Amino acid sequence: MLFNAFSFLLSAFSPYTPRHMTVKNKRLDLSYSQMKWETIFKRILITMSIIILIIVVGILITLIVQSMPSIKTLGIGYLWGKVWDPVNNIYGAWPFLIGTLLTSFTALIISIPFSYAIAIYLGEYNPKGWLSNLLKNTIELIAAVPSIIYGFWALYVLVPIVRNFEMKIHVAPYGVGIFSASLVLAVMIIPYAASLGTSLIRMVPSPLKEGAYALGATRFEVIRSVILPYTRSGLFAGILLSLGRALGETMAVTVLIGNTSTIAPKFLDLFFGPGNTMASVIANEFAEADHTLYLSALIELGLALFFVTVIINLIGKRIITRYSK
Amino acid sequence: MKVVKSLTLALVAIVASCLTQSASAQDNTLLGAGSSFVYPLFSKIFAEYGKTHDVKVNYQSIGSGGGILQLTNKTVDFGGSDAPLNADQAKKIGVPVLHIPMASGAVVITYNIPGVTTALNLTGKDLADIYLGKITSWNSAEIAATNKGIKLPDLPIVVVHRSEGSGTSYIFTDFLTKVNPDWASKVGKAGAVNWPAGLGGKGSEGVAGLVKNTPGAIGYVELIYALENKMVFANIQNKSGKFITPSLATTTQASNVDLPANAEVSLTNTDNPKGYPISSFTWALIYKEQKYNDRTAARAKMVLDLLWYNIHDGQKNCEPLNYAPLSKSAVKVAENILKSATYGGKAIL
Amino acid sequence: MDARLGLRNTKSVLFKAVIIFFAFVITLPLIIVLLYIIKQGVMQVNWHFLTHIPAPEGETGGGIANALVGSVIIVAMSSIVAIPVGMLAGIYLSENPGTRLAYWSGLCVDILQGVPSIVVGIVVYFWIVKPIGFSAVSGSIALAIMMLPIVIRSTEQTLLLLPPSLKEAALSLGVPYHRVILKVIVPCGFAGILSGIILSIARIIGETAPLLFTALGSSLFSTNILKPMESLPHLIFTYATSPYDDQHDLAWGASFILLMFVLLLNIFTKLITRKWNIQL
Repeated sequence: MLFNAFSFLLSAFSPYTPRHMTVKNKRLDLSYSQMKWETIFKRILITMSIIILIIVVGILITLIVQSMPSIKTLGIGYLWGKVWDPVNNIYGAWPFLIGTLLTSFTALIISIPFSYAIAIYLGEYNPKGWLSNLLKNTIELIAAVPSIIYGFWALYVLVPIVRNFEMKIHVAPYGVGIFSASLVLAVMIIPYAASLGTSLIRMVPSPLKEGAYALGATRFEVIRSVILPYTRSGLFAGILLSLGRALGETMAVTVLIGNTSTIAPKFLDLFFGPGNTMASVIANEFAEADHTLYLSALIELGLALFFVTVIINLIGKRIITRYSK
Repeated sequence: MKVVKSLTLALVAIVASCLTQSASAQDNTLLGAGSSFVYPLFSKIFAEYGKTHDVKVNYQSIGSGGGILQLTNKTVDFGGSDAPLNADQAKKIGVPVLHIPMASGAVVITYNIPGVTTALNLTGKDLADIYLGKITSWNSAEIAATNKGIKLPDLPIVVVHRSEGSGTSYIFTDFLTKVNPDWASKVGKAGAVNWPAGLGGKGSEGVAGLVKNTPGAIGYVELIYALENKMVFANIQNKSGKFITPSLATTTQASNVDLPANAEVSLTNTDNPKGYPISSFTWALIYKEQKYNDRTAARAKMVLDLLWYNIHDGQKNCEPLNYAPLSKSAVKVAENILKSATYGGKAIL
Repeated sequence: MDARLGLRNTKSVLFKAVIIFFAFVITLPLIIVLLYIIKQGVMQVNWHFLTHIPAPEGETGGGIANALVGSVIIVAMSSIVAIPVGMLAGIYLSENPGTRLAYWSGLCVDILQGVPSIVVGIVVYFWIVKPIGFSAVSGSIALAIMMLPIVIRSTEQTLLLLPPSLKEAALSLGVPYHRVILKVIVPCGFAGILSGIILSIARIIGETAPLLFTALGSSLFSTNILKPMESLPHLIFTYATSPYDDQHDLAWGASFILLMFVLLLNIFTKLITRKWNIQL
């Protein structure tokens, strides 16, 4: 508002403005209309920000309202109900929770060495130059390839390889299943932790590192005792962001996971066998959930997924903001 | 800024052209969704229909369950289903829905056993036991008993079923329920059941794809999918104790029944000694009262004309695609059902 | 002493070798995927492929014209919705960093960024598909929601990088606030905002999950935005699991085209960021 008044004054007293108050002052008119425009513009800005709020609150409300029937009927026991049987109206989310956690964490464990290695390489060993640029761009491309393409490719290239492997270790050679989905997920989530880790490692103050070198530490020792401890919480945040991606990833997983809602009793069968994640069961069954409870049980899965990914993301973001301050 | 301006212009032009397209009254696309069992037939018939009529039909194969749900939600013009509405679904829709038989088809049992290219003989009971997870290896005594002379390997059976609700699953489980009491009590019949074993493929395509790619797999798909993929399929024992090869002829035999006036009838485990036991009609579903939401009378007429074409001229596409065409008496029943459709209480046809 | 130093040095070198191995080995899957898609897809692409719609099941030939046009229309419509809203919201966030609204909107942007795409799909189903039916519009809305956080964040971050003196100078010349923003601030941060927009387009053009229950898919050539519409990722999804080899070929071709789109958009962003020397 201060600026408005200021510009208004300026235009009112500028040398080109006729001073006779009897004559209609065109400049003055213009600035009034401009002030009107300014208010409108500011209101538009505010409205747009409110729209974002409304979208998020709307998503939350829609999910809660639509999953009310299932929350009311099934209660909290829904989460550890072991049977998903739409025909007899029995719903339990346990198979999907297990499937989601197993795929995500397997993918995460596979991806950690790679994302750490990339972060350390790009952040410490080789922060500049064409090779590091090339690697950096390649990592970004990994994140850019659409997930359906990963799924399609894996279905025809990776799955037969996994199947041969499964035959060798004597488990049922399904090929598709939790293991295959985890492998592809691992590749897909690496860029998130890697790029964050890279920028964090670059932010480590050089006096710290130089001090360690001056004391006679080798490169490895500097990385182990200075860089990694210094960036620990930041790297953890990167892993959280990767985890958030893995939990919500839908298409590649739907194509590869095998779509079974039962849990095998033995871990090996479970791990190499087909399963279902929360996202994949929604993708598969949402369009045909033909009674209220079925549909709302699926939406409750969506609600749970929403909460989990949002919380993980917010914690991750919080750590990063605290870090960069 | 030039780039942006031209980009914006291009965007606006695209959207404007789309908007004018939508605004102009020539709304000649019908939307159908549902059964993937009938998808090959429908996509062929509708392609033919589009050549001679100014109507385009978009049929999405999302499974019978999806077809019924989307019809309930009034998001489609017609649904495709291989199972009549059950009591729950009928209750949820609340208004009468017409089931118009379109053709009948067979669900075949296909498998991928390296080294076995001949047709296996399977009884309904063994089939159910395989799907119950009781028979787990291809060289088990039960399978060997009906397949003397075929050397079956010691390979674990990988059971493949549909991951989503589907009419094909309904037909298959309907058959298993009729022939295996254990299955009837433990699993039952429905478009989507709680499968005791195996992995799910999305759509018939998914099941066929999984079976084709997995050694030791067994799955159930429509006859056409198995033939298209040159997959081997089993002869199934029918009520009279004969092992029947699924084919157009044996499906026609099974579908040769007296239709009730509403055409809702199950063909599985047929009494006909020459009939293939896992056959079924497939239905198009429409609301009896076509005046709902803001549908125009013209649109209602368009749907009925299309379905009328399906049960008459469209039937010539059945045989090349290995569906059994409707018998003369079935066409009469279907005609009467179509004639009972109304718009604002008045008959349309 | 010497031996210990040697050991420590060896350890250090070994560690470096391991790091380099892990860092570069991960480019292998990407290269394999790219080469495979190119190998399978490039054979399919010809004029017929780009200008015809898929043949009925089991027939050979056909193309992906419907999906190609559908993807362009759907993405164009989501851009039209998401870009103005996102830019204006981003401007608000960068201009009013301390306010309560900015705090909550910023939080919501973070939340939106983390929402799984399938959840957006089901929510838009209830918002738009239930009342008006499956349509390209509903698909566009779903994609626009996915696009928003990226556009907002890139706008906000670019504008925060601009020197405050720029704005002050313009304001002191008596230029009204909205003109300062639209004619001075935004053009200065233009490259950053543009690359954010292009990145967001690259991201949503390959999204399948939000389209499953919204744009549905179509076997016909349709430009009617109130009707279901096919899109490239949806076509790949449906045909990838199909038993027909012809349909696999269509899907490989479509994957190739989609991949080229995404790569081009990414390279474009790279060029912009390099030319204007900005950090994203």
